[in-house]
Amino acid sequence: MAEFIDLVLLAMLALTALRVIFLKDLFAVVMLFGIYSFLSALIFVNLDAVDVAFTEASVGAGISTVLMLVTLALTGRTEKENKRSTVLPLLVVTVTGAALIYGTLDMPPFGDPNNPIHQHVAPRYIEESPKEVGLPNMVTSVLASYRGFDTLGETVVVFSAAIGVIALLGVRRREDLAAEESGFLTHHVLRVVAKMLIPLIILFALYVQFHGDFGPGGGFQAGVIAAAAFILYALVFGLPQAFSVVGAKFLQLMASFGVLLYASVGLYSMFKGGQFLDYSKLAADPVAGQHYGIIIIELGVGITVFAVMLSIFYAFGSQVERSNVK
Amino acid sequence: MLEQHLAVLPIILPLIAAPIALILGRSLLSWGFATLISGLSCFVSWQLLVAALSEGVLSYAVGGWPAPWGIELRVDAANAFVLLAVSAISTLVLIYSKDSIEKEIEKSKHTLFYTAHLLCLAGLTGILITGDAFNLFVFLEISSLATYTLVSLGSDRRCLTAAFRYLVMGTIGATFILIGVGLLYMKTGTLNMLDLASRIHFYESSRTINTGLAFIMVGVSIKLALFPLHMWLPPAYTHAPSAVTAFLASTATKVAVYVMIRFIFTIFGADHVFNEMGMDLILMALAIVAIFKCSYMATVQSNVKTVLAYSSVAQIGYMILGVSLVSVTGLMAGLIHIFNHALMKGALFMAVGAVFYRVGSVDIKAFRGLGKQMPLTMAAFTIAGLSIIGVPLTVGFVSKWYLVTGALEQNNWMIAALVLVGSLLAVVYIGRILEAAYFQKLPEDTDPSTVKEVPWLMLAPMWALVIANIYFGIDTSITTEAASSAAEWLFQNNNVQEVSQ
Amino acid sequence: MNLILDYYNYWIVVFLMMTGFYIVISANNLVKKIVGLNIFQTSVFMLYISMGKVTGGTAPIVVEGVTQYSNPLPHVLILTAIVVGVATTAVGLSLIVRIKRAYGTVEENEFENKDDAI
Repeated sequence: MAEFIDLVLLAMLALTALRVIFLKDLFAVVMLFGIYSFLSALIFVNLDAVDVAFTEASVGAGISTVLMLVTLALTGRTEKENKRSTVLPLLVVTVTGAALIYGTLDMPPFGDPNNPIHQHVAPRYIEESPKEVGLPNMVTSVLASYRGFDTLGETVVVFSAAIGVIALLGVRRREDLAAEESGFLTHHVLRVVAKMLIPLIILFALYVQFHGDFGPGGGFQAGVIAAAAFILYALVFGLPQAFSVVGAKFLQLMASFGVLLYASVGLYSMFKGGQFLDYSKLAADPVAGQHYGIIIIELGVGITVFAVMLSIFYAFGSQVERSNVK
Repeated sequence: MLEQHLAVLPIILPLIAAPIALILGRSLLSWGFATLISGLSCFVSWQLLVAALSEGVLSYAVGGWPAPWGIELRVDAANAFVLLAVSAISTLVLIYSKDSIEKEIEKSKHTLFYTAHLLCLAGLTGILITGDAFNLFVFLEISSLATYTLVSLGSDRRCLTAAFRYLVMGTIGATFILIGVGLLYMKTGTLNMLDLASRIHFYESSRTINTGLAFIMVGVSIKLALFPLHMWLPPAYTHAPSAVTAFLASTATKVAVYVMIRFIFTIFGADHVFNEMGMDLILMALAIVAIFKCSYMATVQSNVKTVLAYSSVAQIGYMILGVSLVSVTGLMAGLIHIFNHALMKGALFMAVGAVFYRVGSVDIKAFRGLGKQMPLTMAAFTIAGLSIIGVPLTVGFVSKWYLVTGALEQNNWMIAALVLVGSLLAVVYIGRILEAAYFQKLPEDTDPSTVKEVPWLMLAPMWALVIANIYFGIDTSITTEAASSAAEWLFQNNNVQEVSQ
Repeated sequence: MNLILDYYNYWIVVFLMMTGFYIVISANNLVKKIVGLNIFQTSVFMLYISMGKVTGGTAPIVVEGVTQYSNPLPHVLILTAIVVGVATTAVGLSLIVRIKRAYGTVEENEFENKDDAI
């Protein structure tokens, strides 16, 4: 049954992707991408990757799509006709695709439990991590502890993105924005619904943040969801209003703080005589130490991701306001 | 206490310093802080090189988890050598930046510049030190994102399209690497490089592994700007701020060359890649075309930064040529040239940045008469230029010497001759600029009193590199010792070691 | 038949990857290029997640009485890769916004003609 669902979803993905090639209406292209992202999240659920599905849905279908739409608002929504030759791209893609198909022929069969990746390295994660790290969610254990250095790197990637976006689009102060141009202040239904939703979204974000050890979720997803609550607020009540709740400069501080919080756990464990990011040294009992470490670094990830996503939205949003004022 | 953590420090120093630099906020403060941190990592890298040369390999298990379950950092003579070059150049460039970016980047973005520079440094050192194939991808993306940001800080609007092109090609390259690593993982079940090396052995003739190898090679080739995948490099280097170009030209592509060496030698094994897959011939052909095509392109450009950018692609050709000779001497020539080229291009781009600082243009026409007006800058440019050509007593000569020796060892007269002819093209493109600087007069409409030497904070790092160019050109013992032990190490460790389970 | 059952998933994923790759290198509009890049990357994520699947396994969260779990490691890698993807997208899109302001267009052929880009 799972295979059948997989096949149907893959076919839908193929149709979506093919449609993107030929469409000239970029608004539709971006919407199709959102659909593509959601469909792949479904595939991830079907293939047991619930954490990945959660992230893909909130990031790919959520943040990425929103950013693309904002960009379209600034750059125009139709692709112009052009006479580019499609011969070379087709050739490149055919050769690359053929190489990959050739590579699949020796691949271990799909879903076979005897495949090398299920025999080497991963068994320890599956069998030992509930004891060694003490969390039921193995993805969180591997992400935050065994491969904690990757996750530190990932947090820094997010931080770098904020640096890039701020360097390119700039930070705007509250005074620069015209208050009356912003938001949907005359839409009463929207305002009331938003007021009801925002606390719930934030509550959900906190749940995802702290429940990530036991179920799907964690700092990254929580940060994105919390940012979504503020983005909703900014959309309905206007950017200036949002700026007065959390300012852009303050967000930069938060983004830095999250990275530093993560890294300081690593430094502290060095100070305690362990290797960098060795959480076992944080407490007398190694498993308890692992748990403390993971809670703190997940918090660091959550803070940075929240601050960066919101900063990026502010930067793009300010650009739209600026073009409206013109 | 810090002794045992030596291997992780070059990564986490700049990594932690980046957000602090952002918090500091003030231009001068973040400059001082970034320079200090970069200097510290340079010192740590030196210690690491010393330790690696005496003790062999240093392994560090991040998080206390042993490989292959956790992420391992591995420092050996080869990467410690490149690491030292990267962190030294980073420090010199940071010193140089203070005045240089004053004219090129608006004041409010200075802190962002230093933060991005530190992030880029952290990414590059991470790529060099990590012993985990996926971790390499993560650090690759940190350095790439920081690089796109740095390039887009340029003062000309063309820096934006250059950065965008770089972003698209760079991301395609990174995604190819991701596909390649995925295929290897699928077949072996591990991501640790050493463990990969031992397990790949079982499957060497597998189509999946070979496809993975091909994808990684193409992805890395984009990152190191191997002809014909170099199209992103000339615009990016031309339109980025001078300090950024000086840093990237002497570090980013070199690190990618090292990644290629590491994948070929320590993961797949030179025997498999070269003898069975025949990749040495492909690399050699591409390297030779790169040397000639791009040296020729360099001779017809009017923008000096573009000239040097094309020259960089040609010089990368020399490095790859060394690798493709499949001999200890060839590999050693490649490694030495990584280090030496960093010294030359760093000095050249700094000199060009100094000209921009005073004249406001980097067109060849803008160099007219500068020999008299800016004698120190142009002297630095001349010496570094001679080094690119490969004149004796400069480091360029040392690189070419070992490259030619490596070719002659195999009685490959053709390659030796081609290397020498390639140098003649360098005479042409460097000569054109020197001719303008020394034999033409300052344009009449410029006031000679405005065109004078640049501040000493720009001259000092430039001359430090020039002196290094001469010093390592005369006393070759340090570089050759490090490079030859690195090359021998890479060849010896070709016979695969088992990871204890 | 066995061959198809074993590999159909990977073949379709390869097709999706190549569709995304084609959009990146053929699109003239920069926003569309970024969309293509995202489709390309998302499809690579599917390659990783597909290999982590174990038939009859469940999500890698400990539940009483379950012995067969899918492989958590590819999930961890892809979580990281998704984040890297969105970071690149954000920087790419802000470059597009700036390019639009500087050149007045986001169609590749148009600005290449305007500025003789090398």
